[in-house]
Amino acid sequence: MGLKMKALKKSVWVFHVNAGACNNCDIEIVNLLTPKFDIERFGIKLVGSPRHADALLVTGVGTRQAAIRLREIYRQTPKPCIVFCIGACAGGTGIFEGGYHVAGPVDKIIREVDPNAIIAYVPGCPPKPEAMISGVLKVLSTL
Amino acid sequence: MSVSLNVIFWIVVIPATVILGLVASWIVRKVSALVQWRVGPPFFQPFYDVAKLTGKEILIPEQAQRAVFVGAPLIGLAGVLLLSMMLWRIAVTQSAFLGDIIVAIYLMVLPSLALILGSSASASPHATVGAGREMKLVMGYELSLVLAFIVVIVKTAGLVGPGEQLSLAAIAQHAPAFSISGMLAFLVALLCIQAKLGFVPFDMAEAETELGSGVLIEYSGALLAVWKLMQAVMLVVLPLFLVMVFLGGLSAEFWAGLAKPVGGVPVGIIALLIFAVAGLLARFSKYIDIMALLALIGICVLAGLGKYVLILVLIILIKNTNPRVRIDQAMKFFWVYCGLLLALAVVLALIGNTLGCNWL
Repeated sequence: MGLKMKALKKSVWVFHVNAGACNNCDIEIVNLLTPKFDIERFGIKLVGSPRHADALLVTGVGTRQAAIRLREIYRQTPKPCIVFCIGACAGGTGIFEGGYHVAGPVDKIIREVDPNAIIAYVPGCPPKPEAMISGVLKVLSTL
Repeated sequence: MSVSLNVIFWIVVIPATVILGLVASWIVRKVSALVQWRVGPPFFQPFYDVAKLTGKEILIPEQAQRAVFVGAPLIGLAGVLLLSMMLWRIAVTQSAFLGDIIVAIYLMVLPSLALILGSSASASPHATVGAGREMKLVMGYELSLVLAFIVVIVKTAGLVGPGEQLSLAAIAQHAPAFSISGMLAFLVALLCIQAKLGFVPFDMAEAETELGSGVLIEYSGALLAVWKLMQAVMLVVLPLFLVMVFLGGLSAEFWAGLAKPVGGVPVGIIALLIFAVAGLLARFSKYIDIMALLALIGICVLAGLGKYVLILVLIILIKNTNPRVRIDQAMKFFWVYCGLLLALAVVLALIGNTLGCNWL
């Protein structure tokens, strides 16, 4: 467990899931890869397939349409994996609370599949890239 | 070399090749980061990646053909490791066997073949598209690669003694790249290697943005780690093969250069020390990290791997300065442009052989 967890902390590959976001959080996530923030220096890499991922960066409220896909993507991700709810919408539906298209905050949708999922929240509308980096580091230090 | 030392060398050479490959993949990522004005990953990043992947869950899709899906990465890794053994044996002992050029060409197709097999078995539409593109790409560059070898064979055939066999070891004694036809063949072979490695102008099989890592999309955990190891070893083997065929090969005592002092100064040991100290201090400053990279390249050059580093750097620069081409553009490029260029090179080499001028 020791070496496995240490290696996981040093190399987190993330997959970006848009569960009905307004694209603002997504732009900030892409911002993390730019030369200014360059998260590759922490071993964090954006990958194209949930099968390669160690963390899911979920943005958006989790609409009724997206909830089905989100659950499927979570099932396809090899465990151990961490779910990051990026932004106010993903954390607690934000300004869309009670909307007819909302299937619930992202953590509720994920917990329907796996009650013991590791879920972290980065609030903000959109959260700053610094906040996301700090959120990732806080989760990794508590694992 | 005594017998026991010989045995130890052949036991150590496989893990050493894998480690060298992971270091090379770090160099690729680090230099790419520097080109893009980023800091880039730390030195042990590829090692962490592989260690992490080995510890993760392995998911196999329900509709996948299990045996092929699991077996394909192992076939690919076994193929490139076998090729690396062959090349190191030629580099170290200068001995070869009959028909080793043909065997090398076949072993070099094996990784692409394994990729096609594995992705077709994974029952994913993205992987199927990736497999189709990989197949077309193989058909595209394989013709050019074989034509480039024909140029080399024509050029070296006249130079081999009457009783000698034409083999990789014999070809590695000459450097055909220092002639017009040889240089043309070398340039085309470099692009073919780029396509074999799946690097950027020719990475349409893995196309991160449209296919979501295409051929590898369904692989996870230890199986993905095996693919990553295979790609790392390819990063050693394919440039090394180019060095042998085109640039005159590594010298027989290539590792001895590290211990040899230059003008009374033990340069190799100093470079190793700089690398170790800079590697330990790398977390404190970006520039110390770059120093470690430079010291590592210095070590490689001193150890007689200078030609290998040259090809690696060329590959990285091509990777970072080009956009991805479409599959039809790639096939047209390899068949029409490279094919015509190589036909010209073959004719030039034949004329040079009959007239006895080596520079043609």
